[in-house]
Amino acid sequence: MPNYSWPPMDQRKVMGKAHNRLDGFAKSSGRAKYPSDVNREGMVYGVILTSPHAHCTIKSIDTTAAQKMPGVTAVRVTAPAGTEIQWAGAEIAWVAADTEPHARDAVRAIQVAYNVLPHFVSEEKKSKAGTRAKPAGEQTTGDVDEALKAADGVSEGYYAIPVLTHSCLEPHGQVIEWKGDKMEYWPSSQAVSTVAGDLAQQLKIPASQIHVSMDYMGGGFGSKFPSDIWGAECARLSKDSGGKPVKLFLDRATELTIAGVRPSAYANIKVAGKKDGTITAWQSESWATGGFTGGGMPPIPYIFTGIPNRRLNHAAISTNAGGARAWRAPNHQQACFLTFSAIEDFAAKIKMDPVEVLVKNLGLTARAALYERQIRKAQEMADWKKLWHQRGDSGSGNIKRGLGIALSTWGGAGHPSECRIKINPDGSVELEQGTQDLGVGTRTVVAMVAAESLGLTVPDIKVKIGDNAYPVSGPSGGSTTVGGVSSSTRKAAVNALEQLFLKVAPALNADPAKLEAVGGKIQVKGDPSKSMTWKAACQKLGVSSISETGKNDPKNPMGLNTQGAGGVQIADVSVDVETGVVKMNRVVAVADCGLVINPKTAESQVYGGVIMNICGALMEERVMDETLGRVLNADMEFYKLAGIKDIGEIVVHMDVHPDNDKRGVIGLGEPSAISTIAAISNAVANAIGVRVPRVPLSPDHVLTALYGKNMERSRA
Amino acid sequence: MSSKDPKNKKPFSRRGFMQGVGAGASAVGILATPEQAQAQGTVKAMGPAAVPVTLTVNGKPMKVNVEPRETLLDTLRGKLDHTGAKRVCDRGTCGACTMIVDNKVQYGCTILAIDAQGRQIQTIESLTANGKVHPIVPAFVENDAQQCGYCTPGFVMAAKGFLDKNPNPTYDQVKEGLGGNLCRCGTYVGVRKAVLEAAKALRGGATAKGATNA
Repeated sequence: MPNYSWPPMDQRKVMGKAHNRLDGFAKSSGRAKYPSDVNREGMVYGVILTSPHAHCTIKSIDTTAAQKMPGVTAVRVTAPAGTEIQWAGAEIAWVAADTEPHARDAVRAIQVAYNVLPHFVSEEKKSKAGTRAKPAGEQTTGDVDEALKAADGVSEGYYAIPVLTHSCLEPHGQVIEWKGDKMEYWPSSQAVSTVAGDLAQQLKIPASQIHVSMDYMGGGFGSKFPSDIWGAECARLSKDSGGKPVKLFLDRATELTIAGVRPSAYANIKVAGKKDGTITAWQSESWATGGFTGGGMPPIPYIFTGIPNRRLNHAAISTNAGGARAWRAPNHQQACFLTFSAIEDFAAKIKMDPVEVLVKNLGLTARAALYERQIRKAQEMADWKKLWHQRGDSGSGNIKRGLGIALSTWGGAGHPSECRIKINPDGSVELEQGTQDLGVGTRTVVAMVAAESLGLTVPDIKVKIGDNAYPVSGPSGGSTTVGGVSSSTRKAAVNALEQLFLKVAPALNADPAKLEAVGGKIQVKGDPSKSMTWKAACQKLGVSSISETGKNDPKNPMGLNTQGAGGVQIADVSVDVETGVVKMNRVVAVADCGLVINPKTAESQVYGGVIMNICGALMEERVMDETLGRVLNADMEFYKLAGIKDIGEIVVHMDVHPDNDKRGVIGLGEPSAISTIAAISNAVANAIGVRVPRVPLSPDHVLTALYGKNMERSRA
Repeated sequence: MSSKDPKNKKPFSRRGFMQGVGAGASAVGILATPEQAQAQGTVKAMGPAAVPVTLTVNGKPMKVNVEPRETLLDTLRGKLDHTGAKRVCDRGTCGACTMIVDNKVQYGCTILAIDAQGRQIQTIESLTANGKVHPIVPAFVENDAQQCGYCTPGFVMAAKGFLDKNPNPTYDQVKEGLGGNLCRCGTYVGVRKAVLEAAKALRGGATAKGATNA
């Protein structure tokens, strides 16, 4: 079997060196065509009628008037009379028309009578959830009561982290065009190779009839795996419109209402331990919702899973709201926030530096040595020893500065992936893979791996992805892409090169096994005088190209990729105790990433993870109207994201280290997006002297924590 | 100072329309009938059906039929295949549709297409037209100021408008000046660097790799 292992760290020519992303110019020039940019001849526009009520039945629905509206080509009803609707924003009917305004006019002309039913949308008030709360059953280890009694210090706190929406800038949707019984499908998707199969099942047609194309997509964050009813109804509107292409993308309010949320989490937590910082007990009563189907169970205690005495009670609550979807590190932000807030409160209770409490207890984690190295590095980068102070000991002015720390963990092993590499007689190299680049740099990374493996440069590799005609690669979720695509590319390139060596060996009068590809040449190992250029070598192919594939098998990644990424972040904030405004000074992120292929895009991923969670820490919250049961802030004015001036400075340290490199490639998207919220929450507590129990750390919540107003409304 | 002044809106903007409704429906954009409009003698009533207009996009006149309620953004994207500007919030919050109209940075979703007649509309596509590349574009590439890229054209145009007025900005001015655009992937660190580097290139310093002065 050929040797697929990565070239030794110090011998890499392309991998490990910063490279601009290959599609940077297309994106920055506005030339990149996203699915929502696809315009087809004769295209019509799909618009959805959604429920204004959180819980209701459809008494009657009449589309007669809508059908006669100008430009209308199709009207479909998916929630006929008698249907029970369980959340506001649920789809009822669909219209296609020659223009989007015409389709909206027709949607407004659909007559629906609703029988409105009682709803429940505010899961934080668990006592009011009744049978909507499904207890998971008590989990106990050791003797919590005894440990609490024997402890030198016990912290007790309430912690709340709300439902968030994915807020993808490109909404969910697609363009679909039938061509006879075949279909062209341009979805905004995280799953180029599997989304057609999903749509085919809904439409009951063979998946082989659906051709998926997607060069770019405008953000998914875990919410864009299935084709959804939006894809199926888009296809049916097209059929009903006589095969005309249909563009159907959710409008912003619908996107923020039904296109996926991150579950909330609430918990009353006790942490107990000794004076020297040793944690001996954890007790938590937690609840969460992921919408109507419930869901959301954060794995707590997070990372410190070895706490000897534990008692956990959790309940999943069903609400009349749009359902949860995977959200960049599912359940981990919540678990991290609950755990590290509670541990920080314990550290404050025993008046100990939280860094030392964490280090003291690393034996309770799975990666003590890795975390200790990362904690010490982050501590040094953040000037922790100089800037940290006892909780609340922040001087007399209105502006209080504080530091907070939190750790993360993630899997991130490579998904199943196949890659095909073609080497053509003219020397050109094509790389084909049914993967997708969500903006994380996938295109660039596979080109770098191929170039490294073939002794070429990145521009020598023609990368073809975003098409389900190429070899199957997994959906991009769970930070599994980079491990999968880099490993399959490496194998395909090594296999193709082996074939080329067989063709070239006679001309060099050498054993094919003794050849290597370096610096644009094929040469004899140890005797570079016996060589030929890449182009000359490829001419030996005559008229036929080499076409070889490589596969990543997650059961046997052969050391190319692995799982288990740690990570540490420290936040440095200033809080104005008169206005309640939290200002980000700095976030320091030490990111574990195993072998880093492209430091440039890897760092961007970490910046992105941190920034996304600065939004979550300070601003983002889906707000439900308890009376109407609707999302109150399904827009971008009041569903707030941080802007360019809100994020402070971000300092990233990629933990590139021979010990890490040896582990192989690990995904980075999720691990970087976990611990920021907890770190910021802890920094605020450190600054102002009290825990703000609820994120986002908005002025309202900060002032409430400081001065005690309105606290009753948020208690269970 | 932000490069976008939300107060200085043209009468046909949708936000202006809303404000007009609130203030007693006096804005010319919402006159009830063509007769009323003619009586006022200031504006020719159009619609409600689609009407032919000519828009000057990146210096070129383009004829197109638009409904009076159609935004400039939707017309550019849907009818003139200028899809660089993106529709995200569709109500003047996120900046993904940023373009430059009569030398002023504007959100394309807050301008009606009929109101854009006779105005110079400059879109992201103009920065890489006729074989020239504006230095802001390679500065974004070099500094990895994009991830999914959906907000990026808006940022690039906001940066252009900002640098046109602030050729020598400080780091803090860049953070204020680009405050009218939102990104979900978290590309702000790269954007800050890219704008400073583009400013340097535009002032004749080290030219960003790949740029030709447009």
